[in-house]
Amino acid sequence: MTITDYERVPTVSTDENQALADKFKRLWETKPGLAGFLSTVDHKEIGIRYIITAFGFLIAGGVEAAVMRWQLAWPGEHVLTPEQYDQLFSTHGMTMIFLYAGPILSGFSNYLWPLLLGARDMALPRLNALSYWIYLCAGIFLYAAFAFGFGPNDGWFNYVPLAARPYNAGPNIDFYALGMILLGISTTVGAINFIVTFLRMRAPGMSINRVPILIWGTLTASAANIFAIPAVSLAFFLLWMDRNLGTHFFDVPTGGSALLWQHLFWMFGHPWVYAIVLPAMGMVSDGLPVFCRRPLVGYTVVALATVATMVLGFGVWVHHMFATGLPTISLSFFSAASIIITVPSAVAIFAWIATIWTGRPVFTTAFMFFTSFIVLFTIGGVSGVMTGSVPVDWQLTDTYFVVAHLHYVLIGINVFPVVGATYFWFPKFTGRLMDERLGRWNFWTMFIGFNLGFFPMHISGLLGMPRRVYTYADGMGWDWLNLITTIGSYVFAVGVLLFLINVWKSYRRGAVAGDNPWDAPTLEWATTSPPPPYNFVVIPTVASRHPLWEDRLQQHEGEGSHVDAGLVLDHDREAIGTSSLDATPDIILRMPHDSYAPVILALAVTAFFAGLAFHAWWLAALGALVVGIDIIGWLWPERKLGETAEPAIHG
Amino acid sequence: MRKPFAIAAGPKAVGWACLCVVFSPVSRAFAAAPLNYLTSAGVQGDSVLPLTWGVTIISIAVIVIIAILVAGGIWRRPGLSVQPAGRRLPVEEKASGLNWIWIGVGISSLVLLFMVVWTMAVLARVTSPPTRPALTIEVTGHQWWWQVRYLSRDPAQIFTTANEIHIPVGEPVRFKLVGADVIHSFWIPQLGGKTDAIPGQTNETWLEAHKPGIYRGQCTEYCGVQHAKMGMLLIAESPGDFAAWRAHQLQSPAHPATGGQWAGLANFTAHCGACHAIRGTDAAGMVGPDLSHLMQRHTIAAGILPNDPADLERWISDPQGIKPGALMQKPELSANERASIISYLETLN
Repeated sequence: MTITDYERVPTVSTDENQALADKFKRLWETKPGLAGFLSTVDHKEIGIRYIITAFGFLIAGGVEAAVMRWQLAWPGEHVLTPEQYDQLFSTHGMTMIFLYAGPILSGFSNYLWPLLLGARDMALPRLNALSYWIYLCAGIFLYAAFAFGFGPNDGWFNYVPLAARPYNAGPNIDFYALGMILLGISTTVGAINFIVTFLRMRAPGMSINRVPILIWGTLTASAANIFAIPAVSLAFFLLWMDRNLGTHFFDVPTGGSALLWQHLFWMFGHPWVYAIVLPAMGMVSDGLPVFCRRPLVGYTVVALATVATMVLGFGVWVHHMFATGLPTISLSFFSAASIIITVPSAVAIFAWIATIWTGRPVFTTAFMFFTSFIVLFTIGGVSGVMTGSVPVDWQLTDTYFVVAHLHYVLIGINVFPVVGATYFWFPKFTGRLMDERLGRWNFWTMFIGFNLGFFPMHISGLLGMPRRVYTYADGMGWDWLNLITTIGSYVFAVGVLLFLINVWKSYRRGAVAGDNPWDAPTLEWATTSPPPPYNFVVIPTVASRHPLWEDRLQQHEGEGSHVDAGLVLDHDREAIGTSSLDATPDIILRMPHDSYAPVILALAVTAFFAGLAFHAWWLAALGALVVGIDIIGWLWPERKLGETAEPAIHG
Repeated sequence: MRKPFAIAAGPKAVGWACLCVVFSPVSRAFAAAPLNYLTSAGVQGDSVLPLTWGVTIISIAVIVIIAILVAGGIWRRPGLSVQPAGRRLPVEEKASGLNWIWIGVGISSLVLLFMVVWTMAVLARVTSPPTRPALTIEVTGHQWWWQVRYLSRDPAQIFTTANEIHIPVGEPVRFKLVGADVIHSFWIPQLGGKTDAIPGQTNETWLEAHKPGIYRGQCTEYCGVQHAKMGMLLIAESPGDFAAWRAHQLQSPAHPATGGQWAGLANFTAHCGACHAIRGTDAAGMVGPDLSHLMQRHTIAAGILPNDPADLERWISDPQGIKPGALMQKPELSANERASIISYLETLN
């Protein structure tokens, strides 16, 4: 009988010998220099790029916010013209929501997933590179427009008819629409990659009830994106056609609908909110127990709550549209759904509190960010419940109360966990610990600044301050609150600056971390810091949720997990494909080598969109042509990847 | 038809009013914020206000409880204050901790369910007015001002004004809301919540003031560069005063008395009449606010400037300096022409 190289019984090694490590290094390492930079498919390299790029956009969005807060510090301030203010608040929203909050989590998940799962890489490494390159191109595309004064100027949710040609004649919205469709491609292919990786790449024995919660968070977010992104990409495409080809989807005088935009946008927008918090909640669910020296309380219910939140998250979009004159019956349904969606969040909150109560906290900076997040999450959550109550929302909506709410959600549930996660995983990324002393300063400045800056927004909202105003009159009762908000937000900015200083300083001169500085239980801590290009010399075998705590918890199955003995897989770049539920080894997967196809495809797609934006049809055609050629080259069957007739190794 | 539960709002409102007296410094802060919605001067507002305060107080309580639980958990059994890198620390799972989740989520769910029921009850009460409104006003949002049209079956009773709405106290008034260009949102926070004014559809809402007063309103859907300066006033007055105001609005303004004012009318018609209308004159523009009886209004430029000669002069001299991007361009007027126009506008009582 003939079997192929992919069905052979792999070698098992019981010691991590140097010769093997050298061989893997040759096989997996990215070439140095520009060639390697452009062609790498290493998930760790891509993850770090995502993180650095996303933090870059966070800083850009923060500077925009700082300028706006200056304008709003006093009534009748004149540092910005109304048009400048409108572009700034729109660009700030676009940046923070689309170019920071989502991609930063993609970055962490890209870096961490294969390590958490005991895999050598993501399932689709070239697609992973493509996802990053398109994200970078979309970010540059959108910011290039902003730099020339053509940034979005109709708010991040871009309501029509204001965004339609008759009321917004400039090219601003065309760039925004095309940039968002481009970014949607990145998010979609990234989401597909996470889902396939989850189903195929878990280490032998890592059944789905043993994966860390971060995996559940990113998985559900990715599944949601697959369904949510098409709605917004379609909406932006229809708008672009309305503006450029004379269609009438949103054009009211010719029978189009203004509310169609809002439905399409929020069918995407609300699930997206959960997509940019669930992975961050997963980071806390995995990181917090490490510093409480016990497993997470209620793993199963927290995992189920994560999925439940996402499913319910598709049934609440209308709560952004309570004032649009919809029938009472549909308002009632969406109001109830918006209040009830809090239940799964309550599961997570009490699981974290119980983990702290029944554990023994270790006061690291990461722990402080994770625990403070619980309180910030609660504040952002209850203010969300308030806006879910229709009659109350008719007052709250479009005031600063909502601005306060969404910043507690985005900063409280995304930025705080992300900064905590950086303190937690930085040693794994770089091999060096972050400075704990500076970390305390960083934490307290961010925490105090954030609450000082953003809590008073609730009150200015309750006192009637509308959102998206470039100035306000004296005597409305908002003067002091706005001044405090500006001061607080600047203190918060100093906190973020301290964080960046700490990252830079620790990267240069931080204490050496070792493999597992926090004595944490999951597989990423079983390899070196930073991990080698191939992640693990031998593929770990998993017998519990906490492979590195088994000696102390005694909860494992059979003889326990193995992290230094297991499958070798050294014929080329190889990984083990396992079954989707129980993770029993199934097949040997040939992983692609570094490739220029992703970066070329990203540039070609961007050229296509730039051609559409400038009505340079030749450029669009050229871009489309290169896209076609590139995809053919990418998908051309390769013998090395087992895409042609398989080589027999036994007779 | 009168709905029985509308009466129940009365005693509750008194109770909440008492509570507000107790917190009089707080209520002073509210009084200094004309757009606040933590107090109410209307029937719809009275129904919603207890819910607003109720969910606010529940929310604050939840935050305090969670913060105490987190702090308690941290200080109860603190371990190390720093973690020496790589040192093995004990790990144990003595308690499952699941009871925390069952109890915490159980209590939360009950509270949430209570909030859903309360929300539905209030929603049912405010969806339609307690009695059938006798008066219907059509409010059209324009970039960046409000057109106000008093509707009637009798065409002779229909008239148009702008940026200031008069209503009689003690009876519900129906509002039909339309967006002329883009989406705006109609909001008089002291009387009730927002309803969007959307092009291509007519939304309805109702308001009822229970005491006379001047209530501020504001556009609350971002509608372009001058969204910030798209205010309005709602003047609630006794039915008698309202009837008198309405009767006066229905008349054309008196003819100018002096030669200078006549010249002002001529200049107005020539320079302003393409956009603005004044009943009984050749100025019949539909693009900008109707200015018949301008002097009856408290403000100009959509609630932005007080209506006095000096501010009128400022506005006409340089609308773009006051509302940059506004659709009213700077009129090409000599100083004399401008003065004559202002002297004419001042006759529009």
